[in-house]
Amino acid sequence: MKAKSASSPYLVWMAVFIIVPTALVFYFALTDRNGAFTLLNLRSVGQYSNVFLRSIWLGAVATAVCLLVGYPLALIIAHLSARRQNVLVMLVMLPMWMNFLLRTYAWMTLLEDSGLINRALAFFGLPAVHMINTQGAVVLGMVYNYIPYMILPLYSVLSKIDRSVVEAAQDLGADSKRVFLRVTLPLSMPGVVSGVTMVFVPAVSTFIISKMLGGGGNLLIGDLIEMQFLGSAYNPNLGSAISLVLMVLILICMGIMNQFDENGATEGGVLV
Amino acid sequence: MENTEIVSLRDVTVSFDGEIVLNHFNLSLRDGEFVTLLGPSGCGKTTTLRIIGGFVRPDSGDVFFGGKRITNLPPYQREVNTIFQKYALFPHLNVYDNVAFGMRIHRKSEDQVRSTVRDMLEMVNLGGFARRSVNQLSGGQQQRVAIARALANEPKVLLLDEPLGALDLKLRKDMQVELKRLQKQTGITFLFVTHDQEEALSMSDTVVVLDRGAIQQIGTPQDIYNEPKNAFVADFIGESNIIDGVMREDCLAEFAGRKFRCVDSGFAPDEPVDVVIRPEDIDIVAPDEEHLTGVVTGVNFRGVYFEIIVDVQGFKWMIQTTDYEKVGAKIGLSIQPDEIHIMRKSEYSGKFGDYSSFSDEMDEDAAAQGEEARG
Repeated sequence: MKAKSASSPYLVWMAVFIIVPTALVFYFALTDRNGAFTLLNLRSVGQYSNVFLRSIWLGAVATAVCLLVGYPLALIIAHLSARRQNVLVMLVMLPMWMNFLLRTYAWMTLLEDSGLINRALAFFGLPAVHMINTQGAVVLGMVYNYIPYMILPLYSVLSKIDRSVVEAAQDLGADSKRVFLRVTLPLSMPGVVSGVTMVFVPAVSTFIISKMLGGGGNLLIGDLIEMQFLGSAYNPNLGSAISLVLMVLILICMGIMNQFDENGATEGGVLV
Repeated sequence: MENTEIVSLRDVTVSFDGEIVLNHFNLSLRDGEFVTLLGPSGCGKTTTLRIIGGFVRPDSGDVFFGGKRITNLPPYQREVNTIFQKYALFPHLNVYDNVAFGMRIHRKSEDQVRSTVRDMLEMVNLGGFARRSVNQLSGGQQQRVAIARALANEPKVLLLDEPLGALDLKLRKDMQVELKRLQKQTGITFLFVTHDQEEALSMSDTVVVLDRGAIQQIGTPQDIYNEPKNAFVADFIGESNIIDGVMREDCLAEFAGRKFRCVDSGFAPDEPVDVVIRPEDIDIVAPDEEHLTGVVTGVNFRGVYFEIIVDVQGFKWMIQTTDYEKVGAKIGLSIQPDEIHIMRKSEYSGKFGDYSSFSDEMDEDAAAQGEEARG
């Protein structure tokens, strides 16, 4: 009884800020400007399939890079002494304390054709490299901004793996490669799943990063949705429809992802 | 014992953070033996095991296996397997895959894996459990899986690190019998670590008593119990009354103000010694001039017997007997010559064997056990 009444503020909060907005997205997506029911919005989403593909592709690449870079780091941190672990985890989180826009602006000034990197290259007599407004720059921005969300759940799972289980594997004849493949990696799957989720979802739907680092040519779904609400092409109904389709696509991706975590082990991982 | 030596530690010294855990330690295991390392926590017994397993590298000294030096060999290249204190089963694998782990690492065929796993699970009485998740098993069942997993690897030596510590008393007794049976059946050398003296006495061929990183005594369980080398061993193994005495001549000891016939010899005339008398070896008789006399100060009912604390000239003795005596009663103590054991003085002399603070000792024991359970 007590637990029930204590949860009521959260239930109200969830109703007002999650259920109602979601219902509104559904409502706008399935109506026209005059409020009449229509499937036209959803049908016209199809013409943006190239944007969807690009978003999912770039999001997936960024997620893969985060995983490949973040996993070894998480593993290293998890094996350090407790004090060093704290320091390194803090360093990983440090960029997150700075404003997201500011961080992305900083990358702009670094990557520009006359930016810091190119000026440094010129100083050493090397040819300039065009970086800004490319897909590579967008992926870089995504990796830079979202990699802490990969490292932290991985670290949290890896640091909880019982040392004696690793010793048991060594004891039974497994060298370090096989200890990793047969024990550490499978035991860290919940962390991989939540890390991938936490990077992939915001990366797919970002609009600031693509706008600032990708220029006009690398439009992502996020940009498209933003344009329907705030931009010149004002059309909240279409924007809602695109959001709805995006939501479904992400849910499908997550469903596939969760198949890797078949043990249903949710300890340590962050549920999304 | 014509068996050959299989594992030996020679002059091994280990320290953690500058604190010496093992000091010029020597130990040798013969093939097929059941050896127990017995000692209080912090005595170095688990470290000894981890050195043989390869998880701790000694600061100096060497480890030999079957005559070959393996000091620098990593754990996965050693022909020993370990049963860890908390089983350390792989939580992401079921019972079958846990037991099969080592064989698959060694690239055995799946047919062979299947038949060995089945045999091993039969042997530890877990026949129908192959497909269970290890997280659904009770402590005793997990322990059996850990044993099957280690034995499936056909080790030459099995290292057991307090494997029964987490089990309740009844289960522990059953597992003691079972481990002993497995050891006989497989003929594998067992090196068993425990702080439970009863466990050590009932299971082992050889008991090694450790304290402060040094061996206090090695021997059969009977030797250790009946002929303890010093006050530490006498106190740690069972209950002991340890009394200050003087060896007047061969087979004549003087303690508690009286001369007693005994069976020990080889001491210098008038050499100061520690006299050990086990509480169950003392008979209560009517108080008279012939016998040592004392006043009962405490009685504890222990089920099969009573534990009676007797004040003999200010020194508290413990007697275990089936006869009840009232607190305050004056009684005589009868001790047969072969029940008196004489030990040379050691650094442990005077530290153990007086039951004057017995109730406090019990409290401390209970507190320590509580702490262990919580830890």
